[in-house]
Amino acid sequence: MVLARKTAFKKVFSFSRWWLVFLLPLIPLGLIFWDGFNDNLGADPGKYIVDELGTWALNMLWITLAISPTRFMFNWRQPLRYRRMLGLYALFYAVLHLLAFATFLVGWRGDLLLRELTQRPYIIVGFAALLLLLPLGVTSTQGGKRRLGRNWKRLHQLIYPISLLVMLHFIWQIRASFKEQLIYGLILAWMLGYRLYQKRKSNMT
Amino acid sequence: MLIKKPELIKSSQITSETVYQNRRQFIKAAAGLAALTAAGFPSLARALERYDIPDDLPRYPGPQWLQGKISASIKDSAYSTSEELAPYYNAITHNNFYEFGTDKRDPARYAQNLKTDPWKVEISGEVAKPGHYNLEDLLAPHTLEDRIYRLRCVEAWSMVIPWLGFPLADLIKRFEPTSKAKYVQFTTLLDTEQMPEQRSSFGTIDWPYIEGLRMDEAMNPLTLMAVGVYGNALPPQNGAPLRLIVPWKYGFKSIKSIVKIHFTETMPASSWNVTAPDEYGFYANVNPAVDHPRWSQATERRLPSSLLSPNIIETQPFNGYGEQVAHLYKGMNLKQWF
Repeated sequence: MVLARKTAFKKVFSFSRWWLVFLLPLIPLGLIFWDGFNDNLGADPGKYIVDELGTWALNMLWITLAISPTRFMFNWRQPLRYRRMLGLYALFYAVLHLLAFATFLVGWRGDLLLRELTQRPYIIVGFAALLLLLPLGVTSTQGGKRRLGRNWKRLHQLIYPISLLVMLHFIWQIRASFKEQLIYGLILAWMLGYRLYQKRKSNMT
Repeated sequence: MLIKKPELIKSSQITSETVYQNRRQFIKAAAGLAALTAAGFPSLARALERYDIPDDLPRYPGPQWLQGKISASIKDSAYSTSEELAPYYNAITHNNFYEFGTDKRDPARYAQNLKTDPWKVEISGEVAKPGHYNLEDLLAPHTLEDRIYRLRCVEAWSMVIPWLGFPLADLIKRFEPTSKAKYVQFTTLLDTEQMPEQRSSFGTIDWPYIEGLRMDEAMNPLTLMAVGVYGNALPPQNGAPLRLIVPWKYGFKSIKSIVKIHFTETMPASSWNVTAPDEYGFYANVNPAVDHPRWSQATERRLPSSLLSPNIIETQPFNGYGEQVAHLYKGMNLKQWF
């Protein structure tokens, strides 16, 4: 009886935690809508939205990449269960970022879009990162994992070059201050560096 | 996406017909008052503003001595464009003034306490009458003019802004530049107490901010020293109390909060040109044919833009002021001297 109650509690608890992890990343999007409804997006609302969506694509990608090193360092097991969802949120925000760019800043003018996607180095690397992220999202299901077998892991290791492209996309937008780029860059260096360190350690033993 | 288009004009702000008619009569009455004001009733000046500033937005009346000058300003300039003005709110909340932060809204947030009165300006270098001048004395002989200019940012957005100012040429003549004065260099205030980004260790600009013009550019009648905007004094975020306006060049040339005007024989090292010489030239003339490596300059977004139909327009050579300034660059390769 007590045991049954305990498992029921556990079930409800983990269920609500799933919802928490599912809903939290939607808050930034909700805030953009909220500001939009309240006319609070400034003189250049399109640019503001594009920047916010880009920032959150970056944040979600960084959080996804942080899960593995924090797991080893602090022995956290739980977050691993949510890695796929967080990775999909990175893709979600990246797609919205591109759509917002094409809609609000370029107005879907084909000539301008082509020009931006082929002539602006920082946009080219950002677009490349998104194109590479797409197959990762598509194959993130259990079915995808099964079908790809051993190749699944190799494919999903693309996340590392993707993160470097994203970092470049961000660095090439530095103007009067490089503070944010430095912070994100240091975190990325730690996340990728830790993996290399782990790999070397396991190769040696 | 279901994002509501930000309304440029709220329904509550639309003037009804009767109010409009009353306003016409008010303006007639105000014209009568104008004579009074010019005769020395600066306190009435605020009733004579020609630009609608919503009541819930901050106003920047400026010091007493400036209010008198503003109310006596010339209202209609042949140099003004008739294009639609950017709403006041947008002009005072969408600023690049990196001394106060890198976000467009940072200057409006963090510049409000900038002390702009009293203000001193140093005139130095190749002039017969160098010295330190109080702003009030510096401006004393000049009549202000209301001029509506296009402002084109190098980031490919633009706004139409009504400035209050006077030709820089008139100021320069008073200090009698020598024959060695080939360039004018301007310096923004350096004050780490008041300007937080000047304390940052992560900045790319070596403060203070410096800009410059060739002498003939400085003497062009379009080049303005501005002290006001929308019929009021300059808000701090817009470069109070004294800034440069060079409408045919990208906005970063129009240096804000000027404390020094220096005349030299050699080309000044302007801040952005020093920071990233391959991206920002000294001349920085608006030129749709020469792209910035990060932004195309062929088109621009005229702000405020609405979400679903971005106001994309073709950028004009010299920002549409070619008739007045193209001759200054005759024979120059503008791809090289960008």
